[in-house]
Amino acid sequence: MTAITNAASASDPAGRARTFFNCLKRDRLALAAAIFLVILAIATLAGPLLIGDMAAKLGLRQRNLPPFSLDHGWLYFLGADTLGRPILARLVVGAQNTLGIALAAVVTSMLVGGVLGLVAGYSERWYSQVIQRLADIIMSFPSLLLALIVLYTLGPSISNLIIVLALTRIPIYLRTTRAEVLELRERMFVSAAKSMGARPLRIVLRHIAPMALPTLLTIAAIDFATVILAESSLSFLGLGIQPPEFTWGAMVANGRGYLATAWWISFWPGLAILLTTLSLNLLSSWARTMADPQQRWRLQSLRKASR
Amino acid sequence: MLSFIGRRASHSIISVMGLLALVFFLTRLTGDPSSLFLPLDSTAEARAAFARLHGFDQPVYWQFLQYLRDLLSLDFGESVRQNRSAMAVALEAFPQTLKLAVVAMALSTILALVAGSLAAARPGGLFDRAVTLVSLSGASAPDFWVAIVGILVFAVTFELLPTSGTGSYLHWILPIFVLMLRPFGLLVQVVRGAMLAALASPYIKTARAKGLPRQKIIFGHALRNSLLPVITVAGDLTSGLINGAVIVETVFGWPGIGKLMIDAIIQRDFAVVQSTILVTATAIFILNICIDILYAVLDPRIRY
Repeated sequence: MTAITNAASASDPAGRARTFFNCLKRDRLALAAAIFLVILAIATLAGPLLIGDMAAKLGLRQRNLPPFSLDHGWLYFLGADTLGRPILARLVVGAQNTLGIALAAVVTSMLVGGVLGLVAGYSERWYSQVIQRLADIIMSFPSLLLALIVLYTLGPSISNLIIVLALTRIPIYLRTTRAEVLELRERMFVSAAKSMGARPLRIVLRHIAPMALPTLLTIAAIDFATVILAESSLSFLGLGIQPPEFTWGAMVANGRGYLATAWWISFWPGLAILLTTLSLNLLSSWARTMADPQQRWRLQSLRKASR
Repeated sequence: MLSFIGRRASHSIISVMGLLALVFFLTRLTGDPSSLFLPLDSTAEARAAFARLHGFDQPVYWQFLQYLRDLLSLDFGESVRQNRSAMAVALEAFPQTLKLAVVAMALSTILALVAGSLAAARPGGLFDRAVTLVSLSGASAPDFWVAIVGILVFAVTFELLPTSGTGSYLHWILPIFVLMLRPFGLLVQVVRGAMLAALASPYIKTARAKGLPRQKIIFGHALRNSLLPVITVAGDLTSGLINGAVIVETVFGWPGIGKLMIDAIIQRDFAVVQSTILVTATAIFILNICIDILYAVLDPRIRY
């Protein structure tokens, strides 16, 4: 038995990766999205090494420099803002903040929501009810308004921004985890562990949590785009990140006053947000098709069938 | 049916009370309103008189109890900034948002139903791919940026539409368009998914076998059965539309409840913040009830 599974898993990863890649190639949009995200990731991680502190370098002669000219070097290709800072360099630095905040918020909400969901699903004590009612309260109200109120109270800073964004997303993970736990706790392996004398903590962490994790990761992947949009909305309204730090949303807000004279200041960062979230959504829509056995054939065998 | 509505109402009242308590204490943490409303050089006595006038000199828990007591007699407090009932201020702004939301939601639902069904009729076809790309872009676009680019193109460059404000029907076009993006994008995905599932089911094969025309199969048989998930998502999106309304109203200077709320938060006009929350939460509650009733109308198997 073990020999068979070992042999299967040894040959599997390479073969599965190839099938995966072939399916990705069949969907041109998903492929383009994947390539864009890889480039974005490289630029975000390695970009600052190339750019240095160009993003903060003021240049009086480059003030409101229009885009598409290489006269001042490639960093100024997308133009410069009102203080003469190259927009391309600021996009790369802004990407670090935008993606970093979104990632931190998604991870936080997944961890907190997951743990609370495990508790609410497995325990039948009073706090399980309290957790659920709190989630109801958060869910019953438009998330942006709630975030605005909390953020204004706490005062805008990067850590508070992450807390607020995570807070509005926690109920989603909580409810999903709870639903999974309610189903899993009735399964045979849980009763087996129970009858062997395992403590609740061990059952939850060792037997239930690993089974609920894949669902949570899927939601987190889809949620990433939503959180990026929420963060940029908050920063756009001026209650998010504060200068000298900036994200793409804050860059759009900065350029708003110069729309008639220098459209590029707020156009590029907004386009960056759009392309990032669109790529994430395209990829997750592709992944949904791949995961659905009734629809997967659309990505797999079309070419062979037509020949 | 009535007992169902009553049960739902009691649940909602609990969560609205929780929300109000949360917001009440949170807003009180933001600081003393008198420092914003009185001139910088006003005396300590003037500040104390201002605080006494609006009850800010009491302990916070006492203020909250008084607020609850006033709620029972339908007294929602005074707007510190406008010197009149906070509820009147909120109710004045609400219809402006409601008008925007109704038009945007109705248009995006109809468009999404048509586009999603036609896309699902030929999955993988040119139309399907175009619809998927457009709808995903709509769902992914940062609405504040689309609003700004819309102003740039249509108001600044071509001078076809006004930049902001209310008045003629031209003022409606950009806000409605921006507000529609997200609901339309997400709804098309839902319609397409539900239609794909419905079109693969046996009764469609029967309908096709007995020679019904394609239009009738898609819109008469499949669409009707895909409506339930669409309505669920549309309901969620309508309450989520308030999020979009905050942005749209801020960018286009639309005097609705979203703009009122963000202004009230920044000006520490606590009574107005609470009233706008009450109005919004009530509207969302009524909306959810309507959706439940619509469910029962559309699906004869559901009874309350």
